Amino acid sequence: MSSRNSDLSVPSDLAEEGTRLLRICNACRYCEGYCAVFPALERRFTFTEQDLNYLANLCHDCGECYYACQYAPPHEFALNLPKTLAAVRKETYQKYAWPGVLAGLFRRTGLALVLSAGVIPALFVLLTLLFTEPAVMFSAHSVAEGSFYQVISHTVMTASFSMVGLYVLAALGMGLKSFWRETGEPWSAFLNPGVFGQALSEALRLRYLDGAGEGCAYPGDLPSQARRWFHHLTFYGFLLTFAATTLAAIYHNLLGLEAPYPFLSAPVILGTAGGVGLLLGPIGLLWLKRNRNQELSDPGQSSLDVTFLALLFLISLTGFLLLVFRETAAMGIMLAAHLGLVLGLFVTMPYGKFVHGFYRFAALVRNAVEKQREQKSSAK
Amino acid sequence: MDSGRTYDVLVVGGGNAALCAAISARQRGASVLVLEASPRHFRGGNSRHTRNLRSMHDGPTDVLTGSYPESEYWEDLLQVTEGQTNEQLARLTIRRSATCRAWMAQQGVRFQPSLTGTLHLSRTNAFFLGGGKALINAYYRTAARLGVEIEYDAEVCELKIRDGRFTSAIVVRNGSSQEVRAKTLVAAAGGFEANLAWLKEAWGEAADNFLIRGTPYDTGKILRILMDGGAKTVSDPTQCHAVAIDARAPRFDGGIVTRVDSLPLGIVVNKNAVRFYDEGEDFWPKRYAIWGRLVARQPDQIAFSIFDSKAIGAFVPPLYPPLQANTIRELAAALQLDPLALERTVSEFNAAARRGVFNLAVLDGCRTEGVTPPKSHWARPLDSPPFYAYPLRPGITFTYLGVAVNERTQVIFQDGKPAKNIYAAGEIMAGNILGRGYLAGIGMTIGTVFGRIAGEEAARHVLA
Repeated sequence: MSSRNSDLSVPSDLAEEGTRLLRICNACRYCEGYCAVFPALERRFTFTEQDLNYLANLCHDCGECYYACQYAPPHEFALNLPKTLAAVRKETYQKYAWPGVLAGLFRRTGLALVLSAGVIPALFVLLTLLFTEPAVMFSAHSVAEGSFYQVISHTVMTASFSMVGLYVLAALGMGLKSFWRETGEPWSAFLNPGVFGQALSEALRLRYLDGAGEGCAYPGDLPSQARRWFHHLTFYGFLLTFAATTLAAIYHNLLGLEAPYPFLSAPVILGTAGGVGLLLGPIGLLWLKRNRNQELSDPGQSSLDVTFLALLFLISLTGFLLLVFRETAAMGIMLAAHLGLVLGLFVTMPYGKFVHGFYRFAALVRNAVEKQREQKSSAK
Repeated sequence: MDSGRTYDVLVVGGGNAALCAAISARQRGASVLVLEASPRHFRGGNSRHTRNLRSMHDGPTDVLTGSYPESEYWEDLLQVTEGQTNEQLARLTIRRSATCRAWMAQQGVRFQPSLTGTLHLSRTNAFFLGGGKALINAYYRTAARLGVEIEYDAEVCELKIRDGRFTSAIVVRNGSSQEVRAKTLVAAAGGFEANLAWLKEAWGEAADNFLIRGTPYDTGKILRILMDGGAKTVSDPTQCHAVAIDARAPRFDGGIVTRVDSLPLGIVVNKNAVRFYDEGEDFWPKRYAIWGRLVARQPDQIAFSIFDSKAIGAFVPPLYPPLQANTIRELAAALQLDPLALERTVSEFNAAARRGVFNLAVLDGCRTEGVTPPKSHWARPLDSPPFYAYPLRPGITFTYLGVAVNERTQVIFQDGKPAKNIYAAGEIMAGNILGRGYLAGIGMTIGTVFGRIAGEEAARHVLA
């Protein structure tokens, strides 16, 4: 392991390798039709570590450029851009993480998994068992309103999740701030409606997992839309469950309706749809990852992916189990396990794969800023 | 590969022309075996390093702007070859180039609109999405799907030819040799640019200082066998596509990233720190391909592109960073040139540069007066430190010495008669069209057009 200075920069040997590859790519440019990374690197004459970090986060990690590369190993230039940028990306997650002392979780993904999927949920279940009457915990419940809150009081639930939620938001915000500060662009550029809208549209469509229309070389060397669709299932599944939770909060606080809600209520329908996405999406992405050409994968980045996907899958699975068993004596345990896993995800969010969405989106915004600047200067 | 059977078509080579021939023959129902001398990773010969194909067209298309009529294409070719071209075959190439893109797309090749770093060829050249290796990958996938047999690491070291008729080839693979029989042969095994001994035969000691931009697998073995077997040749062994590349590039296979495009933005001097050719004669896309030969004729086959900070950002940066210094004297020291001589060359050039409005996009009025050789355009005094330099060597892409063919791509023997069942396509016969000079993207056009014809003709010969 190379030595690291106090501001957690990318290890110098990795940064050197990354900039070496970018120089080759900038002299070649054959891949410029594939994604945003190549036109973005072509706007530069030399490459700093800041450029490398930005381009690494702009990369969506498909494999088109690797298979098209005349300099891929075993050529003596040994150019493997997807793998190198994946390794750089992981270092940047650590670099931008707040507070810095917790950034080590990126390096010890095993610990992160044990914490988020094991220790935190287990503690949560244990505390629930301690503070809930066994008679309530292990008795069958009718779906009468408020049965969940007999197990865990609404106050405890909202208080714990709001506190953790606020912390997570703060930590993610600080990370994003570090990323953007490193780009050297002003915040006014980030919030420019034109560029923000373009980046948002590119992110929501996963435009750069589209190759040039036929999809990307993932998991093998053939263009395929599989990863794009499984990612859509995961992402939109997540959004739907988030919407379900938000709607439930509105039901509770504004309409005075208490969970659990009927099967055909809006929160349950949204949550179910999202939950299906969060079952199929992560399974698909894990399956694709297993079949991926390992030449292109960075082991560190991969373990972040697996941890995150496994957690999303478990949360969705326990959510469905809770839905199915909510009238039985198992409800209490199911509820505690599900909420414990969600809490585990929340707590480790700023120190796991979840952050990729923020940095990639910010990278897309910067790309849009640069494109706009380029168009303005060529119009002159 | 089955030495017990007789294939309809044996294709020797594994690049663009070879695959176009194999796919075309297979689509007509012939059984086809492709023998590629390289390992799988380096398959595709020089096609791996290509990016586009020069294409005639009547009007704007999805990937081409404007129009590029036959007459203009022909004029361009005539200009670069200085007439060293077979007009019948050249016009065939040009006309058929119009139909290539649709056929290529059917075989899985993807195109893209040209963006940057492309020498401004969006009107005349269609760009492959991802470049030549992506194209080659698509062709290999299609060939495999159609049932073309493909062998890698398979070097043909002997062809049995009698009375203009091919019967079998001896193939060396994994250290053992075996005989493969086929009813027809398509020779698409490239030029001889990776054969340093042969280059030395043609160029003398100078060849020791050449770098080979192209594949190390183009040893010219098949070309030599056909020549020894009585095939008529075209062009000559010193003719080739050669550009000025960074002297620090690897000996073989450096490809596109080793090319240096800064030449028209400054001056070029030889090892005596003396200028030797008009750096601003014409647009760079029309002149880049002459600089390999120009450098090859300089002492020790080395030259230096020298420019100042005004040029940064105006050209595609090559793989290696330029050498840099704050004065011309210091730059000379870094380049191991005589400092006084370089200072003299630069000050004479600076004094001769007429003022004008610099514009790389047009033939501007920034020219020199009173120096030899002149710089006709884009001449600006070198006066804004830091100063930069790229060391240059001749970079050989592919050689033009080849076998003569007719419109059906049959190899012509010295008695003027076409071979009965031997066809040639790609670099091994490109000299018929390119006797000298180079026109960006025409190598792939020749390979595609004649590869398809060779495959069709071979299949027709077998299945008639």
